[in-house]
Amino acid sequence: MTARRDVGDFEAVIGIETHVELQTASKMFCGCPVSFGAEPNTTCCPTCLGLPGALPVPNEQAIEGILRIGAALGCELVPYSEFHRKNYFYPDLPKNYQISQYDLPLCVAGRIEVDVDGETAVVGITRVHMEEDTGKSLHVGEGGRIADADHTLLDFNRSGVPLVEIVSEPDLRTPEQARAYGAELQRIVRALGVSDAKLEEGSMRFDANVSVRRSGTATLGTRSEVKNVNSLRSLQRAVAYEIERQVRLIESGGAVVLETRHWNEDTGVTTAMRSKEESQDYRYFQEPDLVPIEVDDAWRARVAASLPELPATTRARYRALGVDARTASTLGDDPALVALMDDAVAAGADPRLCAIWLTGEVVAYLRREDVALDATPLQGAHLVELASMVGAGDLSATAAKEVLAGVMSGEGGPRGVAEQRDLIQISDAAVIEAAVDAVLADNEDAVAKLRAGDPKPLGFLVGQVMRATGGKADPKLVSTLITARTAG
Amino acid sequence: MSDPADLTVAAAGAALRAGELSAVDLLGAVERRAGVTEAHLHAYLSLDREGSRRSAETADTELASGRDRGPLHGIPMALKDNMCTRGVETTCASRILAGYVPPYDATVVRRLRAAGAVIVGKTNLDEFAMGSSTENSAYGATRNPWSTDRVPGGSSGGSAAVVSAGSAFAALGSDTGGSIRQPASLSGVVGVKPTYGLVSRYGLVAFASSLDQIGPLARTVGDAATVLAAVAGHDPLDATSYRSEVPPFTAALDGGVTGVRIGVVAELLGDAIAEPVRAALRSTVAALEEAGAHVVEVSLPSFDYALSAYYLIAPAEASANLARFDGVRYGLRIAGATTEEMMARTRAEGFGPEVTRRILLGTYALSAGYYDAFYGQAQRVRTLVRCDFAAAYEKVDVLVSPTSPTTAFAVGEKSADPVAMYYSDVCTIPSNLSGDPALSLPVGLDGAGLPIGFQVMAPALGEAVMFRVAAAVEQLVAFTDRPALATSEVVLP
Repeated sequence: MTARRDVGDFEAVIGIETHVELQTASKMFCGCPVSFGAEPNTTCCPTCLGLPGALPVPNEQAIEGILRIGAALGCELVPYSEFHRKNYFYPDLPKNYQISQYDLPLCVAGRIEVDVDGETAVVGITRVHMEEDTGKSLHVGEGGRIADADHTLLDFNRSGVPLVEIVSEPDLRTPEQARAYGAELQRIVRALGVSDAKLEEGSMRFDANVSVRRSGTATLGTRSEVKNVNSLRSLQRAVAYEIERQVRLIESGGAVVLETRHWNEDTGVTTAMRSKEESQDYRYFQEPDLVPIEVDDAWRARVAASLPELPATTRARYRALGVDARTASTLGDDPALVALMDDAVAAGADPRLCAIWLTGEVVAYLRREDVALDATPLQGAHLVELASMVGAGDLSATAAKEVLAGVMSGEGGPRGVAEQRDLIQISDAAVIEAAVDAVLADNEDAVAKLRAGDPKPLGFLVGQVMRATGGKADPKLVSTLITARTAG
Repeated sequence: MSDPADLTVAAAGAALRAGELSAVDLLGAVERRAGVTEAHLHAYLSLDREGSRRSAETADTELASGRDRGPLHGIPMALKDNMCTRGVETTCASRILAGYVPPYDATVVRRLRAAGAVIVGKTNLDEFAMGSSTENSAYGATRNPWSTDRVPGGSSGGSAAVVSAGSAFAALGSDTGGSIRQPASLSGVVGVKPTYGLVSRYGLVAFASSLDQIGPLARTVGDAATVLAAVAGHDPLDATSYRSEVPPFTAALDGGVTGVRIGVVAELLGDAIAEPVRAALRSTVAALEEAGAHVVEVSLPSFDYALSAYYLIAPAEASANLARFDGVRYGLRIAGATTEEMMARTRAEGFGPEVTRRILLGTYALSAGYYDAFYGQAQRVRTLVRCDFAAAYEKVDVLVSPTSPTTAFAVGEKSADPVAMYYSDVCTIPSNLSGDPALSLPVGLDGAGLPIGFQVMAPALGEAVMFRVAAAVEQLVAFTDRPALATSEVVLP
């Protein structure tokens, strides 16, 4: 997919609302544990069940978490912030109001950069606010929607889980940018360690606001809000579908309606859920059970000091070390890889070689064996040793990968594994020269062709020498020797 | 000795420790009293006979073995039925919570139990504490022990009536706009609304969260202070609870009023206040001046708008607080074809007319396009009220006024006119808007033999000076009358 998409002379305008569940020890306003996959209705109490008389008490760890997200997105952490009640009736919302924030959110006016095919777009962050999650409804019966269900089962384990909402400015223009924005937010949240940000488990969720307008016009078109986007891929697909739907609608003389639309992953289309015309008046007002949150300079400084290196900085640092953009980005996605990379580079390993190993063989091994990096014995020092062995010509690039797998499976250090597996390259020139001479003597036709200026037999001859040395000769050295001996 | 049911908490405690009476005796006395008075008053919604018996026996065992939990140990008390009691039905006098049994105790209930109090039962109220007469109860009205054709005030009318009649030594009520002080006034007992945040609201079924506060009703100022001391203090389960130490207020009750600066609220002296009530205020203030207090008249102009502001803020908060009663998880459920219809029918049938009125009023006040004109404006008035109080407390230590514009009115008299009913709270509402403490104590009877209340208001956390002035008034006026119904003899109808 390219960043430019043919939608006639239309331009798309996209803004994204992102919900992130914080992985705090306890819920936002009570002491119940935050856990994914527990038996239904086993992690709840009077407060998160909305029982009469129960009261909310804010979770300080969650406030800390949202402030770190805000700071990482370049937001201003506002000095005075309030909680509001957002009123609407729904069976899985136990109080029939959600404690959220309205006109005084904790973080405002941030920005991040997203890259698509080397082009950078700046995306404004309107606000980042704190709220509580709802319970879950399981509609039993036809269709899985409330309207045609026989009955509905309610699970309040998720009720009251800290939820951060990140609202972007409508600064995105393509489905690819939308995806890149979502991916960057996911990286940032994971780098902060505040959430696992798993789209498939719902700990990160996107709603995309999409509108189109004739290129060159400044006024915004009527937007639709697309919900139920459960992966980065479907974010891109859903936005692309919605853009095309709206353009086709306008070109055929129709008009876009302000509405909420449901993305269907299987059919790849969006369908109307409800019109915003009949959308509810949430009757926001200050939550009287809670007191305002005041963030002073000292707190702001503490939050800033607590931030880890952000993915964008990591990527830039690796690129400066000569790592290509794609590899730098892949590395930057995984805090464990970043830690190992930095460890190895600090100990003197070649950054480009390390980056290739980490994003190649190491990731492949982890996926193949289904283990986490910190469950393997691989250390930065191993990479240093491995790189120096390759540099000294003791190990071929192919053999190095095999050694890496051996180290990760616990067979020992790189040299030990290489020796045990008999992978050490022959670095004695005399041995290689003897093998070259023997092969050249046995293949007079090929040598003749080479001398006549036909380069084709070179590969064949190198292969013969490699076979003769049991694959342990340095192929580059072999090639050089053959060329030298057959020259002129 | 007279009937133990008529003893003060202090005297009953002394008798317990002297071995003259047991906690089981005290419980027996209030149960005998309730056995006679309840037929006339309907002040209790439920009596926990087993639980209270066990608590009384435990108290006797503990006291006999030298384990003394303090002044409430073994004392029979009542709770307004909007405070959650684990395993004991809590209805808020609403049909929507009929049969609802909470799985947890309110913080005040835990503290009373820890103090060794014996909880006799749950008292009647206006549904969800919305009302000034205890007539808005889904389970029938409560009557005034001084005259059973009169209301006891509300919404803590049940708690006021049991303390007045002697079917409990003291009780807890809740005060959102006067719901402790106004029934205390109409029923001739002492009632205290503490500083907002002094007593935890955890487990109090919310009416208007920024105004609600739990407080004691008792027969003497000293008893009220004792009960308040037992339930006050920081609670980590209530984010609006005061974090600092509670200033002590039970020690200096007999400090007198020499040199104390007392302000009489000019806005609460007008024609809207019944003449006997004004007369009682004048004579009480004169007695205070005689006793050495400096008395001045103080104007708090925003008081004229406080009632209107209150009737926007309280319903607005209530509209959200009562949204959770939807038939989904607990309480009444009336079936419907869809979820929305089930919720709507449950709420339509579960809530009484006054609660419905306030939910509608509050929903409207918060609606898009109306918010600023109604809720926003009311919040600005609330700020003005706070400013007026602050300015007044630059000049005086306490403010005094009538508690209620009238003495107890007749059952049914104001039922058809909500605004006339709302006006009952005109003197008490400002202290809820400001969050400051206020107290009512009886200072006399009107021509019909009905008690008249006197209100003492103090700045935030000023409970000590408030109780000191109230105790002085108590001594000066020496109000010792008891209602005719305060008897354990069978009364002929």
